[in-house]
Amino acid sequence: MHRRLLLKGIVALGAMAAWPRLLWASRPDAAFIADNAEDAIMAVFGQMPVASEQIKLKIPDIAENGAVVPVTVSTDLADVESISIVVVNNPTPFVASFDMGPRMVPIVSVRIKMGQSSQVLALVKAGGTLYSTSRDVKVTIGGCGG
Amino acid sequence: MNRRDFVWMLGCASSAGLLSGCVRGELRDDPYESASFGNVRLLHFTDCHAQLTPIYFREPNVNIGIGGAAGRPPHLVGQHLLDHIGTARGGRDAYALTYLDFAAAAEKFGKVGGFAHLKTLIDRQRAEVGDGNSLLLDGGDTWQGSATSLWTRGKDMVDACNLLGVDVMTGHWEFTYRAEEVLQNIERFNGEFIAQNVRVTEDALFDGVSAYDEDSGHVFKPYSMHEVGGHRIAIIGQAFPYTPIANPRRFIPDWTFGIRDDDMQEMVEHVRDTEKPDAVIVLSHNGMDVDVKMASRVSGVDAILGGHTHDGVPQPIVVENSGGKTLVTNAGSNGKFLAVLDLDIGKGKVKGYRYRLLPVFANLLPADAGMQAYIDGVRKPYLDKLEEPLAVAGTLLYRRGNFNGTFDQVICDALMEVADAEISLSPGFRWGTSVLPGDTITMERVMDQTAMTYPETYSREMSGAELKMILESVADNLFHKDPYYQQGGDMVRLGGLNFSCDPTAKMDSRISDLTLDDGRTLDAGKNYKVAGWATVGSESPGPPVWEVVAEYLKDKKIITVNKLNTPKLRNISGNAGIADYSNLLE
Repeated sequence: MHRRLLLKGIVALGAMAAWPRLLWASRPDAAFIADNAEDAIMAVFGQMPVASEQIKLKIPDIAENGAVVPVTVSTDLADVESISIVVVNNPTPFVASFDMGPRMVPIVSVRIKMGQSSQVLALVKAGGTLYSTSRDVKVTIGGCGG
Repeated sequence: MNRRDFVWMLGCASSAGLLSGCVRGELRDDPYESASFGNVRLLHFTDCHAQLTPIYFREPNVNIGIGGAAGRPPHLVGQHLLDHIGTARGGRDAYALTYLDFAAAAEKFGKVGGFAHLKTLIDRQRAEVGDGNSLLLDGGDTWQGSATSLWTRGKDMVDACNLLGVDVMTGHWEFTYRAEEVLQNIERFNGEFIAQNVRVTEDALFDGVSAYDEDSGHVFKPYSMHEVGGHRIAIIGQAFPYTPIANPRRFIPDWTFGIRDDDMQEMVEHVRDTEKPDAVIVLSHNGMDVDVKMASRVSGVDAILGGHTHDGVPQPIVVENSGGKTLVTNAGSNGKFLAVLDLDIGKGKVKGYRYRLLPVFANLLPADAGMQAYIDGVRKPYLDKLEEPLAVAGTLLYRRGNFNGTFDQVICDALMEVADAEISLSPGFRWGTSVLPGDTITMERVMDQTAMTYPETYSREMSGAELKMILESVADNLFHKDPYYQQGGDMVRLGGLNFSCDPTAKMDSRISDLTLDDGRTLDAGKNYKVAGWATVGSESPGPPVWEVVAEYLKDKKIITVNKLNTPKLRNISGNAGIADYSNLLE
């Protein structure tokens, strides 16, 4: 019972936090239209990321359902400005971006759609620099477990 | 406690831990008897696939290891394995562990497994160390694989495990019954069903679906604690991580799985901090290569007792990690083996171990009367159906191996003939017993290959491109160099279609030279009529596959296999996971 109430609370907060941004934040349309990852990243950030071990990307190695793949990104980098998720092989790779205020704990958790196996990037902009880490996620036909 | 202080005593280095070491002294009352060792005995069986009565089971001649898994157990077949453990060909142990001389050895040494015989062995092993000094662990795939388990929805096995005295289990094919049936069976089970890596989805939690722990989302108890021989033993459960992908999600829509090795690490630390165990054991259904990788990433586990990949591995692999060392085992399938891990435990740590993988030879172990009576009772209402003769095996029929076994070929041939299809597909399951040449193929033996909750057949048009995509996907699930991306099954079985395969290549470039049996090249843009069964998406419309196979067998009367649709293989010459295979290319 606890957990359900708590979860509902989080969703409500999430909605409140996300709502104004969706409507009013400067939304870089080019990013969400670009059909390759590099164009999308350049359109938003004007720079390509450098690899960082201070980003944690939690995502299944093999998706149970490509239509709803749970992903959580967190980081212990300082001065986090945004957290973004890019699915390299999606038709429009730039999937989500969250602007982070200075007092926000830099953790985001969302569910994304994946049409096929792909490298998934977690991007963190912190202190003016763009960082990333990545994981390969397999979207597969099933059916042959031992 | 410094975990690096472990003294890893190889008490078993002299023998392979099998029977031969004991039998050589000749004619003791119990050839399975051993000198005492340590103070805690863990008994482990796994993947029995509901085989209540003794059976034959041929081990594979193709079980290829790729990358880091090449050249080490479980990817050593036949003579390679015997050489590795220093066991001679021709004896009982070689019969249990390999495919070599299988039909002749089976005639000589008889059937293996059977719960009445297993019960006798388990009771003796427990009596040897005295009350309260042992635990019996079941790695799962226990409620599925036989006709009676399907017809009783796993209940025959739950009751059999209660009689056997199973203390703890985890699962995989258990989840191919509907969720409410799984929970009812667990209710019926006297032991504990544990899994740290099965959670209720957040959507389902919203909707009020029940969980063992609503805060963590665990569907089942994640671990259990046991006082054994005065020591505290923690057992953490790890169910098959890819159940909703390898098997239909529709039966268990509210549950989500995954390897979750971060969660495993947290669980180990939580257990060590709060329970102060003297040993931490993981009861796993990951499959051996996944367990080996997990053992390298998770520290603080003394042993991972594994299953899923059906590997009869005589000795543990010792894996080093940041916290010390972890033993990784795999204990075969079909009730063929009982693993015995004897631990010498001091306060808060394991000081030494001895591991034996004991083959369950039915003719060396008298049937336990109580268990036999129970099994007879289970079978009685179904006996006419089970014993119905369908055909005679004109050759050895078996399934296990990375590519088509002979029994799969029969299933594929049956699907093609009955559905009048050009091509057939059958899943690369690793369960399914063997039938000796000249023996009658009964309905029970057909059910051993097919008894499951989504047996419906289909017959539909597929393009050449679609077929290639299926082969590539399944090959990647089998041969991906990172075991976390594997699912632990074998290659999809084919009828009517031939191909070349390079297991060492990457996704989408392993499969080539696709040709039909009549020599035509498979055309990517053309459609073909394909028959198959066991779809994991929605239910297929056709009759259950056992009806199709039974019809075919009755029609043929004597079953021979003229051609196996096994691939030509590239780039694996010298791999110790393949032997006696005629289609090797350089």
